[in-house]
Amino acid sequence: MSDYNFAYLDEETKRMIRRAILKGVAIPGYQVPFASREMPMPYGWGTGGVQVTAACLTPEDVLKVIDQGADDTTNAVSIRKFFQLTAGVEVTEATAGASLIQTRHRIPEAALTEGQIVVFQVPIPEPLRFLEPRETETRKMHELEEYGLMHVKLYEDIARHGQIATAYAYPVKVEGRYVMDPSPIPKFDNPKLDGSPALMLFGAGREQRIYALPPYTKVVSLDFEDHPFEPSKADHDCDLCGASDTYLDEVIVDDQGGRMFVCSDTDHCRCRREAGHVGRLGVAA
Amino acid sequence: MTPLLQVRGIEKRYGARIGCTGVSFDLYPGEVMGIVGESGSGKSTLLSCLAGHLAPDQGQVIFDTRAKGPVDTVTMAEPERRMLARTDWAFVHQNPRDGLRMGVSAGGNVGERLMAVGARNYGQIRSSAEDWLGRVEIAADRIDDRPAAFSGGMQQRLQIARNLVTGPRLVFMDEPTGGLDVSVQARLLDLLRGLVRRLGLSAVIVTHDLAVVRLLADRLMVMKGGLVVETGLTDQVLDDPQHAYTQLLVSSVLQV
Amino acid sequence: MYVAVKGGERAIDNAHAWLAEERRGDPSVPELGVAQIREQLALSVNRVMAEGSLYDPDLAALAIKQARGDLIEAVFLIRAYRTTLPRFGASQPVDTAAMDCLRRVSATFKDVPGGQVLGPTFDYTHRLLDFKLMAEGEAPVAPGEPVEPAPVPHVTGFLNRDGLIEQEPESDAAPGDLTREPLELPASRALRLQSLARGDEGFVLGMAYSTQRGYARNHAFVGELRIGTCCIEMEIQELGFAVEIGEVELTECETVNQFKGSKTEPPQFTRGYGLTFAQNERKAISMALVDRALRWRELGEDDSGAPAQDEEFVLMHSDNIQATGFLEHIKLPHYVDFQSELELVRKIRAEAIAANKDAPDV
Repeated sequence: MSDYNFAYLDEETKRMIRRAILKGVAIPGYQVPFASREMPMPYGWGTGGVQVTAACLTPEDVLKVIDQGADDTTNAVSIRKFFQLTAGVEVTEATAGASLIQTRHRIPEAALTEGQIVVFQVPIPEPLRFLEPRETETRKMHELEEYGLMHVKLYEDIARHGQIATAYAYPVKVEGRYVMDPSPIPKFDNPKLDGSPALMLFGAGREQRIYALPPYTKVVSLDFEDHPFEPSKADHDCDLCGASDTYLDEVIVDDQGGRMFVCSDTDHCRCRREAGHVGRLGVAA
Repeated sequence: MTPLLQVRGIEKRYGARIGCTGVSFDLYPGEVMGIVGESGSGKSTLLSCLAGHLAPDQGQVIFDTRAKGPVDTVTMAEPERRMLARTDWAFVHQNPRDGLRMGVSAGGNVGERLMAVGARNYGQIRSSAEDWLGRVEIAADRIDDRPAAFSGGMQQRLQIARNLVTGPRLVFMDEPTGGLDVSVQARLLDLLRGLVRRLGLSAVIVTHDLAVVRLLADRLMVMKGGLVVETGLTDQVLDDPQHAYTQLLVSSVLQV
Repeated sequence: MYVAVKGGERAIDNAHAWLAEERRGDPSVPELGVAQIREQLALSVNRVMAEGSLYDPDLAALAIKQARGDLIEAVFLIRAYRTTLPRFGASQPVDTAAMDCLRRVSATFKDVPGGQVLGPTFDYTHRLLDFKLMAEGEAPVAPGEPVEPAPVPHVTGFLNRDGLIEQEPESDAAPGDLTREPLELPASRALRLQSLARGDEGFVLGMAYSTQRGYARNHAFVGELRIGTCCIEMEIQELGFAVEIGEVELTECETVNQFKGSKTEPPQFTRGYGLTFAQNERKAISMALVDRALRWRELGEDDSGAPAQDEEFVLMHSDNIQATGFLEHIKLPHYVDFQSELELVRKIRAEAIAANKDAPDV
């Protein structure tokens, strides 16, 4: 692939994206418009994340790519391969060993550290979009900090269901100013956004937006005083490694209603098993 | 006493046509100003200019703000004006569909203004909503129903509750009883009069219905062709109209 | 013991290998050459060039072959390739009045200077399957005779001379570039036209059709439709003047629309404009109708709430590469999100069922 520049994008495009990233870092939670390029993978499949990653990668970086928390889901494999080909960087499955992690729908379980960058793939960056379809209107709402409607939605949830009925892409307020969509991570992951030592970057290719959470940014999940935000997960332990504090996937194992629960973060689960933890259906590593 | 609202030389043109021109008046706290005229007289254009929905071509709309005293809202920054619109001001539309969120429950509709200014306690928001539904004579068990399931009169009362929940100091009303049956109108008028008196509200009410202003307004402005042709105390204007147009207006009502 | 699904990488490689085999089809049937596609499926090639925003018939034909004839997939291949190309500069504005026309028709005048030229068109063909095409035969030859090159002036120019049609104010301002700047709304007419030119033919056609059926009707006549080749000139800085660097085939459509005016302003016809790469007349006409519908504000018309008048709606949804990517991404794994919804529904159901049990029977 020597026909293409390092990490596929030409330097001018990377510079344009880096400017957008810097602006995003300077105004945490604000959606910066950028001239998203057509990538060799479809819109909606991580083009925003891929462009942000391409703009951040250096030859010394160690890259980890996950989708649904796992390193070997098809789209994660495809994106990792893309950067192996176009950038030739070292790749890893170990969260701790990665300098840049591109992710779709999850934040790794292992604590992130200073110097790490997490790049999120974002389908719809606008947290107000399903309340107000017009971009011209939602930009004005952000500009004027008119977020009453967002709480009306939460109010309606409680009035109807007795609780806030948003399970993922749960909206947050950043540094007391911008309401932000954390991308479709389960709300279980929301607390990991708050005060994270890692730099978090969000790229939405089709919608042409980049936004950011610099390290140690205050991120609060929206709620009511008497209906506080609750990060939730399946009420089980991991059947492979026994972890009780991780986000779990439910796996249907037979057609008799049999099911098991396993860590969605495959790297975390493997590390625990290697350290000797054994779950209900697991065997010692 | 400082007027709550000082209107100075408001003019709005639509190309060559005059919407309204040369309108000035003062509104004192607790006072209700009625603006009457036939359709096309410029009264709705004037109301839109006063409430910041339309930018006038000339003139000032000076509001006595809590923080900074009298400020011209025409030249005020938009965020400030919009903040005013959801706190100290209220706007009751003729058609409740324009003033309500039809896809949101009655409680959500009333609660929105509270949440917009930072209320974050579900229980308190809900009990305020219940309280206000009661004040506009909507049964508490309708709190989770959507306005689409309400009659026209109930929708209008809900719109009023939604507007008054934040305790605004100035209410703009555009034909609040228009489009309602006569019996429903009477009930709504009665309710409005009670609220205005009890809360000491200041209001600007635009209507073509003299019965509305007779009941609610302390003072009256009569508009024709974009100009104010007569002003005065409501009873005075209605009982002893000076301008020929006002005379016509009053007599045509009395004939009915 | 349970082992989590592994082997995404191998599955992907195998899927791609299978795809390549399927693409070739039955090996006893001769393979389709790129040149054959370019020459014999030219209208497919044209569509891919127009929506791919890249004028290169060979690459478009290659993309069609690679995409197994899926034209949106082919457009995608061209777009992805196009992004990687360096930009050397911008050409001079193309002078479509100087077009070497192979087709040129006007619906507003019976005859016009330059003449009505039908050219190679499906119009007036009877849509009967021609079974002769199933057999290979001699290449058909159309009769022809030499023509003196004559100027073919724009039809709207005639109306313009009498002040009967609105005049677009001249401007030397460089238009924005959708592919280099994020689209911000409201967009200028130049940007709207750019967006429509690369927009999905089916989408733009549907929008245009909706205006004809009364959703923002604007009474369009095809003032002129012309197809032909135009020179592309570029100013070379070192030389200090423009030189011809090639030519492209273009389709241009100008519609003459409903006039506007008032008691004080004399009425004038208005226009809509469409321009696409190569022979692509359905697209060019559709584009002109939608362009005209989007101009309601500037022409002082009412917003009837029709989709074709809604700039944000049209521009945000016309691009088939964005649309197909986002639509198809719902095939990707979403089990983390689904799991969280599953937990939530279970929890709410459990609470609701418990509440019903506690409630006294009525």
